[in-house]
Amino acid sequence: MKNYRTKIISNQEISPGYFRMKILAPGFGDKAHPGQFIMFRVQRSLPPLLRRPFGIFRTGFLPADCDGLPPKEFVEIVYKVVGSGTTIMAELHEGDRVELLGPLGNGFDCKSCQGEKILVGGGIGLVPLYMLAGELVANGCSVRLLMGGRTRDDIFAVTEFERLGVETYISTDDGSLGEEGLVTQVLSRKLQKFPGAQVFACGPMPMLRAVHDICVANKTPLQVSLEESMACGVGACLGCVVKGAGHTEKNPSYLCTCKVGPVFKSQYLDWSSLGQGDNDCGGCSG
Amino acid sequence: MKELTKKAVKRPNLAVEIAGIQLRNPVMPASGTFGYGEEYAPFLDLEKIGAIVTKGLSLNPKAGNPTPRIAETVSGMLNAIGLQNVGIEAFIKYKMPFLRTVNTPVIANFFGNTLEEYGEVARRLNDIPEVAGAELNISCPNVKQGGIIFGTDPRAASEVVALVRKNLQKPLIVKLTPNVTDITVVARAVEEAGADAISCINTITGMSVDVHTRKPRIANRTGGLSGPAIRPIAVRMVHQVVQTVAVPVIGIGGIVRPMDALEFLIVGAKAVQVGTANFVDPTAMLSIIEGIEEFCIEEGIDDIHQLIGSLKL
Repeated sequence: MKNYRTKIISNQEISPGYFRMKILAPGFGDKAHPGQFIMFRVQRSLPPLLRRPFGIFRTGFLPADCDGLPPKEFVEIVYKVVGSGTTIMAELHEGDRVELLGPLGNGFDCKSCQGEKILVGGGIGLVPLYMLAGELVANGCSVRLLMGGRTRDDIFAVTEFERLGVETYISTDDGSLGEEGLVTQVLSRKLQKFPGAQVFACGPMPMLRAVHDICVANKTPLQVSLEESMACGVGACLGCVVKGAGHTEKNPSYLCTCKVGPVFKSQYLDWSSLGQGDNDCGGCSG
Repeated sequence: MKELTKKAVKRPNLAVEIAGIQLRNPVMPASGTFGYGEEYAPFLDLEKIGAIVTKGLSLNPKAGNPTPRIAETVSGMLNAIGLQNVGIEAFIKYKMPFLRTVNTPVIANFFGNTLEEYGEVARRLNDIPEVAGAELNISCPNVKQGGIIFGTDPRAASEVVALVRKNLQKPLIVKLTPNVTDITVVARAVEEAGADAISCINTITGMSVDVHTRKPRIANRTGGLSGPAIRPIAVRMVHQVVQTVAVPVIGIGGIVRPMDALEFLIVGAKAVQVGTANFVDPTAMLSIIEGIEEFCIEEGIDDIHQLIGSLKL
């Protein structure tokens, strides 16, 4: 991990309210694991004061130009405009100077490769699943991705996921794309069909909670990627903690989302307390 | 040619001494924003900063407050972490081995829930030879016991400082809260009780409400405000304290850029602590140190002491 003082390669709206930003980051791709994140400094001046955490969508490089220079390595994030920080981000252009810290945190454990893998992503929660899907496919796993959203605007990068060799299933609350209903209904069906599957999920807290309940009922191993408001991203401020399983008033257990997470095995978390706070927006420190 | 000119410029002396602790420069992190040092080792050379100030330590591990614990505000942030820390035993066992490898003075920030606990932690710190000094926190606004209770009442402050002074065989810095009517009263009390230095200010109690949920934005309802938003208040209070006490003062509050640190030095702080800025830019302290050095060169200052307390009134 490192602090990059760098610049934007591109910043485009890919669906109403959703943007993807490519940022120049030499050497970043070699270090990044699926499920890790970056702390992004929106602009050099203040405000906004704090950096914003964003899941890594993918890393890659721009093929060498005829200028004789080596390929340009980048990190790509996808973000949803939800607050003051992301509003400023949406206005940024190619060449604008930005800073990012990363790759940070512990990502998905995707080493074990038995049985089916089912990925569940809700809206902006699809972001960390892209690199994960790529890695799982490369490991020879059979990967199914359940994409959920309120409307079709919340579903993005379908073709890119499919190009990885992932089977995709789409559901929206209003039926504007794919099946009408919740992504968790699709999950229940899939788990009946593939009882030995392993599940990976990222999305709004109510979705994660439902996914957790379904996985517990099916005795299915689940890893979830969480999002919390963060100040430092490196385990120093202790602002982003979540309660761990077995947390009590007397023997409290707080886990840093930035350092221990953002990906947790779901059995390590105290689900009775998750999402009780006001950070329950599934995608925004803004 | 450029190389030559660079060499020709005499580098100013930035070294200062705080209560017997020799600092290579006057810039150190504020407790609670820098973990136990190790967290920031990947981003900056810890041997370039003046000192490492640890997260506040208590006798027993402390879990901290419910979440959400932080909220950004205009040019600042509110936090109510609740002094979560590993406790003094785990600090010695798990955090000191790394800190021993770093050639920079370690200042252990600490607190207690009770007067006795303050005294006990102070005693335990004597057992760690590599801890150069201790910073006594009597100013955390976010916990029910300890912290600010001792910092807002001059008599209680005096009592806890006297006890710690008796138990601690190391330089003692006392960190003051701004959440008082007159900070000079507490400053005088802790100086008389035996503080070797004073650091100020801790965060200012604040509150922020989410208008949609109509709930406080942090679970503790109120939190401590830090960041550039509080800097003018901090500069004013440091100025007042410097005018009041004879012991050295460490200035804290919203330092982000070199010129912010210079403000504190000019009003008379002998050193500064950088807090929230570490979150914004993990290399902030290095830029601040470089900026102070450049300023000295530009102004023809060859020793930082010529700048400290040079306020013209």
